[in-house]
Amino acid sequence: MLADICRVGALLAVLLWLSACSLTPPAPWVQPYERARLADPIMSKDRDPAAAAYLKHVHQSRERSRGAEGSAGGGCGCN
Amino acid sequence: MQLICRRSILWPLLLLLCAPALHAAVLPEDRMDVLYHRYDGGGMDIKGPSVLVRKSFADKVSVNANYYVDKVSAASVDVVTTASPYTEERIEKGIGLDYLSDKTLYSVGVTASDERDYIGRTAFVGVSQDFFGDMTTLSLGYSHGADEVRRRDDPDFSEDLIRRSYQVGVSQVLTRNLIVGINHELITDRGYLNNPYRSVRYLNGGSFAYQPEVYPRTRTSEATALRGSYYLPWRAALHGEFRWFEDSWGIDARDWSLTLVQPLSEEWVLELRTRHYRQNAADFYSDLFPFQDAQNFLARDKEMSTFRAVSFGATAGFQRRWPGMPWVDRYGARLGVDLYRYDYRDFRDLRVSATPGEEPLYSFDAWVTTLVFTLWY
Repeated sequence: MLADICRVGALLAVLLWLSACSLTPPAPWVQPYERARLADPIMSKDRDPAAAAYLKHVHQSRERSRGAEGSAGGGCGCN
Repeated sequence: MQLICRRSILWPLLLLLCAPALHAAVLPEDRMDVLYHRYDGGGMDIKGPSVLVRKSFADKVSVNANYYVDKVSAASVDVVTTASPYTEERIEKGIGLDYLSDKTLYSVGVTASDERDYIGRTAFVGVSQDFFGDMTTLSLGYSHGADEVRRRDDPDFSEDLIRRSYQVGVSQVLTRNLIVGINHELITDRGYLNNPYRSVRYLNGGSFAYQPEVYPRTRTSEATALRGSYYLPWRAALHGEFRWFEDSWGIDARDWSLTLVQPLSEEWVLELRTRHYRQNAADFYSDLFPFQDAQNFLARDKEMSTFRAVSFGATAGFQRRWPGMPWVDRYGARLGVDLYRYDYRDFRDLRVSATPGEEPLYSFDAWVTTLVFTLWY
């Protein structure tokens, strides 16, 4: 199941990338002036990078899973 | 070496240094974080400082540097049943650079981790691109690790480990209040993956005896994470995450977490969080093998067993302007405390004398404390 999810995710990423490169991008449905809430620091996963990295270190030291721990990114075009 | 699973040490700090690569095409803030951390549980006491500095130039380039120390006092259940308590120190240093060009952010970084019996080196490159009116961010990354494993009691022992990691992530603004993302990471290892101090036990008459662990020399893992952040109506944020994991050793794991960030005033913020993790054992794990050399690969590391971990934590902190200091924009501090509970389903506590295989299952609690001082400039 995970392999299927990964394949679908990778395919979607590639399609998005190709679309961005070759097609006219659709108009954003959330305008920049509507992203004030997304730009609020409380919405950032990296508001405390040192402590967050340490907690990830704690998890990885006690567990065998690993990877995909980075935040998925902002992408809000807030600046 | 016995205490910490070395394969994983570099990744959190590497991700920390390379965090800009996973974000929209903006440079990170100029800031300095000084962290004191402590982990206390299961016979382990690990503490130390960490300093992270970020500085940008001409709104195009941002450099970062990190210094991190683990001071370890180890008397875990593994250590007291098969070895002697010990102390050690690990020092990790890292530097990174981000370059912003229009809507593309390029990132590179290196880290070096040193201790008496383990040397780790990792390099990272990444690129992040915004498109669709800056509503979508695609991030790609690759990291390469080259480690050397040693033994304190054998100066001639030296083994290599090569690690490659491929990362892809997409984030998407869905509404004015909601942003979601998906990350996928493939990691391959080749080389010495054992902990050279760990042993397995096997039945030997009416008792048991030990022999060294034997792991495969390759491992491939895949992890996929879904994340979302939602802005609540009363100015609060709810962050959620779900992650799938599986590897070529037969380990499957799932974890999910929720974090509520609630401002209490203009200066104070309270954060509440919980995380739930479960994994099944590796194919070659057993708490008690039926006889010596029972199979090609042998493991009794509790991190390879079937277990669950649940944690609850809170952080309180403040930020204030510092008008008296012209080069400082503001300063702040945060104190975080997390309580972890680990329950093992097929790892037994050998400190208790009993018929082999009938000892009580092992569990323990751990307290994790972080205290951070930050300057923004």
